[in-house]
Amino acid sequence: MVTYIIRRLVLAVPALIFISFIIFMIVKLSPSDPTANLPLTIPPEVREQIRESLGVNEPLVGQYLRWARMMFITEPLIMLEDALCSQDRLPGRVLPDGCWQIVPPDTSRIISYQTRSPVFDLIAVSLPQTLWVVGTSYIIGILIGVPLGIISAYKQYSVTDQAATFFSMVGFSIPTFFTGTMAIIIFSVWTPTDAWWWLPSSYTTTHVVNDWDSFVFQLRQMILPMMVLGLYNAAQISRYMRASMLDNLQQDYVRTARAKGMGERVVVLRHVLRNSLIPVVTVIALNVPAVFGGALITEQVFRVNGIGYQLIQAIRGADVPMVQTISFIFAVLVVTFNLIADVLYGILDPRIRYD
Amino acid sequence: MTDRPNITATSGATPAGAAPMILSDAPRSQWADAWYQFRHHRGAMAGMFCFFAIILFVTVGPYIWTVDPGALDTRNRFAGPSPAHPMGTMQLGQDVMAQVMFGGRISLAVGLVAMFITLLLGTLIGVLAGFFKSLDGILMRLTDLFLALPVLPLLLVIIMLFREPLSQRFGTEAGIFILMVTVIGLTSWMPVARIVRGDILAIKEREFVLAARSIGTPPPRLILRHILPNVLSPIMVSGTLAVANAIITESALSYLGLGFPSDFPTWGKILIDAVQYTERAPWMVIFPGVLISLTVLSVNYMGDGMRDALDPRIRGR
Repeated sequence: MVTYIIRRLVLAVPALIFISFIIFMIVKLSPSDPTANLPLTIPPEVREQIRESLGVNEPLVGQYLRWARMMFITEPLIMLEDALCSQDRLPGRVLPDGCWQIVPPDTSRIISYQTRSPVFDLIAVSLPQTLWVVGTSYIIGILIGVPLGIISAYKQYSVTDQAATFFSMVGFSIPTFFTGTMAIIIFSVWTPTDAWWWLPSSYTTTHVVNDWDSFVFQLRQMILPMMVLGLYNAAQISRYMRASMLDNLQQDYVRTARAKGMGERVVVLRHVLRNSLIPVVTVIALNVPAVFGGALITEQVFRVNGIGYQLIQAIRGADVPMVQTISFIFAVLVVTFNLIADVLYGILDPRIRYD
Repeated sequence: MTDRPNITATSGATPAGAAPMILSDAPRSQWADAWYQFRHHRGAMAGMFCFFAIILFVTVGPYIWTVDPGALDTRNRFAGPSPAHPMGTMQLGQDVMAQVMFGGRISLAVGLVAMFITLLLGTLIGVLAGFFKSLDGILMRLTDLFLALPVLPLLLVIIMLFREPLSQRFGTEAGIFILMVTVIGLTSWMPVARIVRGDILAIKEREFVLAARSIGTPPPRLILRHILPNVLSPIMVSGTLAVANAIITESALSYLGLGFPSDFPTWGKILIDAVQYTERAPWMVIFPGVLISLTVLSVNYMGDGMRDALDPRIRGR
């Protein structure tokens, strides 16, 4: 198992490098000019100087290597510095005494064209928001989807099953931006503002929870975005759960368990459920790219300041370094979850041996 | 199922009452059998009627409801649904129903063309990987790599970057249409390739392929005449999923502001343009949204029914 994990990790590295190269090249080869959005009054020679300072005139491979060095070496080391140091940085990115300065303060970092600040400072603020939205919606999806799948498989063709199947069909057919907009219409627009079931239509990311009222506010503003993405996840998960349960319920070991006189609860919840969860776990992990795509839209609908929202802003502003970095972070997340899926599969299913 | 039809017809898949009929009549074909199954899948039939109704609505509709989608009627801004405007009017008094009919043509066209590209690419790569052992490794690694790509961010980036040059070459609408269907096709062929490869690996070892090979059938004809017809059913099921996926992706891209221009509306574009008027005119959001959802839902139900009808092993799931 350990060798398998190591082998997968080693294989993930070239894949990620290749993906980073593809993303870099797509963005770079496009006929977009970083100075295109600047005022027309800027004379051509100044424009040329700006391009020079952004480094867009260098050969492509050189640019890629420079970006890769910053992406894979400088930025992780700076994160390490931050992790080791408990105090705030002094101006000019100098660390206070007693901290280990690994990267010299004047090393160049990936700088956003829009804000002129390091891309990773922006990402450090927005990535937790995205992971929070995706994580919570997954938990909601599992909490609704797994029981629903179990019930509808156990009572196949019953009214409950038909209703649950219809729900999951509807759930993954309706795009999240429509469910989100409808939820806003119903709960924020049509509902009187003083009603207890009124919910805010946008998400305030700077909100700090420090007492009961602010906690209630946080809970209220979370409900709509989490439910929209959560229901989408629940629809997917319940569908896979049902199919997997149906496969297992017809197996011989279920008949054996019943023949031994075990209660239905033990048969279904212990024997069948455990075996059915195995494929569902992989499917859940393999669905992560789709969920991040859904999160991107949900963030846009509810104005959550996550990396999806940042990506859209960067795309609109032709902010090349930001777009490259965020797309690559999405790729890293996807590859990581695929890896987790494979490893979990091996741990959960003793029949699978990788060595 | 890949065997000759009369064998499937007498196996347990068909109801017992139909069995004696087969003995006397000419053998039913595999497709007639599948159609029989499909007809008895309630969801699939409902989906099919719904889908054809929507297609009629957007193709024949504009000839019956002859209102110009761009016609302005500033006295009737934000008018609710009424006999004169069954789906209400928009911010400048445009008729929502006429807009939705024209928008649907584009949305459905994107869905269908992107599906063809997806199936073509997926089948081609799946066939090459499954049939030629030397290509298998590299093509499957490529598929894995594409599966690891973050599709939606990448689509956004590609569309942002290439819409201008393509618009200049082919005109705004045609340029974006070509770009849209190509990128959706390029980023969604992977599941099709995997399924096709898996099936071909199994079929390749069957006796009829060996027989065809031993009489000297060249590989291209072997693939086209003997192998492809046997993987047609999973490809068709993938096709329905691809239509649904393409329609949703197109509307999501429009929603994020990277789709067709405003004077060339698709359902997603009408919806996003209407979001700011949600309070005054919710019908502007509801009708295009319901049509997107209904189309995708009916296509998904058709796919479900097709899978049940074409694969006897999972009938009744």
